[in-house]
Amino acid sequence: MKGRTLARHFRESLKSISRNGWMTFASVSAVTVTLLLVGVFVMIMMNLNKVADDLEKDVEIKVYVELTADEAAITKLEQDIKDTTGIEEVTYSPKGEELSKLVVDFGEDLRLFEQQNPLHDVFYAKATNPQETEKVAAKLDRLDNTFEVKYGEGKIEKLFSFLNTGRNVGLVLILALLFTAMFLISNTIRITIVARRRDIEIMKLVGATNWFIRIPFILEGMWLGILGAIIPITLVTVLYSNIYKLLEPKLESGNLFKLLEFSPFIYQVNALILLMGVLIGIWGSFMSVRKFLRV
Amino acid sequence: MIEMINVYKKYPNGIVAANGIDVKIEQGDFVYVVGPSGAGKTTFIKMMYREERPTSGDILINGINLATLKNSKVPLLRRQIGVVFQDFKLLPRLSVYENVAFALEVIEETPKVIRQKVMDVLELVGLKGKARMFPTELSGGEQQRVSIARSIVNRPKLVIADEPTGNLDPETSWEIMNIFKEINARGTTIIMATHNREIVNTIRHRVIAVEGGLITRDEYGGEYGYEG
Repeated sequence: MKGRTLARHFRESLKSISRNGWMTFASVSAVTVTLLLVGVFVMIMMNLNKVADDLEKDVEIKVYVELTADEAAITKLEQDIKDTTGIEEVTYSPKGEELSKLVVDFGEDLRLFEQQNPLHDVFYAKATNPQETEKVAAKLDRLDNTFEVKYGEGKIEKLFSFLNTGRNVGLVLILALLFTAMFLISNTIRITIVARRRDIEIMKLVGATNWFIRIPFILEGMWLGILGAIIPITLVTVLYSNIYKLLEPKLESGNLFKLLEFSPFIYQVNALILLMGVLIGIWGSFMSVRKFLRV
Repeated sequence: MIEMINVYKKYPNGIVAANGIDVKIEQGDFVYVVGPSGAGKTTFIKMMYREERPTSGDILINGINLATLKNSKVPLLRRQIGVVFQDFKLLPRLSVYENVAFALEVIEETPKVIRQKVMDVLELVGLKGKARMFPTELSGGEQQRVSIARSIVNRPKLVIADEPTGNLDPETSWEIMNIFKEINARGTTIIMATHNREIVNTIRHRVIAVEGGLITRDEYGGEYGYEG
């Protein structure tokens, strides 16, 4: 195909957008509504996922050291823990420090124990993959000079299974939404093309090849996708910037979890919305024209 | 230049529209195809621009066999043939100029050549002043002239017309026939299916009568031969 023919196809597709008035409006509206839904939903799901990640990262394995262990044994144990596969980081907290934490949490009375501290020295370890905490903990338990290994058994499993279910449900919902969007948009585009099936027939009679007919339609679908992405992108950006400004200061103090930073997250979502609009537009036109080209 | 050899066409619903047609049409001929409705006239015409494919037999146009022509090559064939229809078949969203230019855009002509050729052919059919108008703003006769302009802008050696005057009043029909006469005078072959007895009997040319899927009469300078 020659360059000027491609230029011609671009001109034609733009002309068609303006000459089809209401049909363009209908398609763009369908794209707008579905992309807005997808955009907002992706925004929510990505943040929930971030929260889940933050919660997971908070999971720690607590290794209590045998009371009888001497300095050398403790150093060796630290090395052993570090050498265990699946461990990301290890921090040591001697029993004095442990007691200070209790004092902070439960009051000055506990200072009485400073004379004869009944607590164990503790290693705090984090698993590289939080979901593997249980396995890693079992490995640590087998090391020498450990008194007990705790990681919130029972609660952790429940948390993880809850988070996993949440993620899966979110994924299924997003896929279902995408599917609906594709269906809705390609159907709307199909209606606008059905109205022009006679045009396609005539073009073929005049000697146009299938691609010559198809490309302007495909480009038109692309424009529809781009036009339909404008409002969702604007709304999602404004919405997220406001939510972020509103919630971030409150979450800052909590330290438990944070929202995804405005940049680059929102630009990624915007790119996704635009890409989806374009792809769905192109796909919808392609599929619809295909039917009528078999003359 | 056009040759049909033992062409047979049976539609899926069992109707036999061509039952062994043999015919030869020379370059520069002007041929009327006449016959009652449902006699196979339209099928005869449609097979010539590969809108329909024969069930058996061969159709040769400028050495190309339409019976075995691949679907992907059909556009190339159509560019060598101008086709004019009873219902004009203009693109409603395109202006007169754009409708005619379309036939040149598909062969990827340069804009300069397109402009020149389109304006020339619009002048020939007397519509130069209406180039920017849309088909719905034109009368039937004017729309048919646009359609003719589109069919000849490529300078094809063959123009096929399926009842081009079928939707037009008598006076307009004569104007349209004058245009065809002029095109034929340049050496273009014209094959025209028609019901218009007055035209056939007045402007005498070769007449092929199709009945029951067979050519029942083929004479130069013949008459229409059917009752009004």
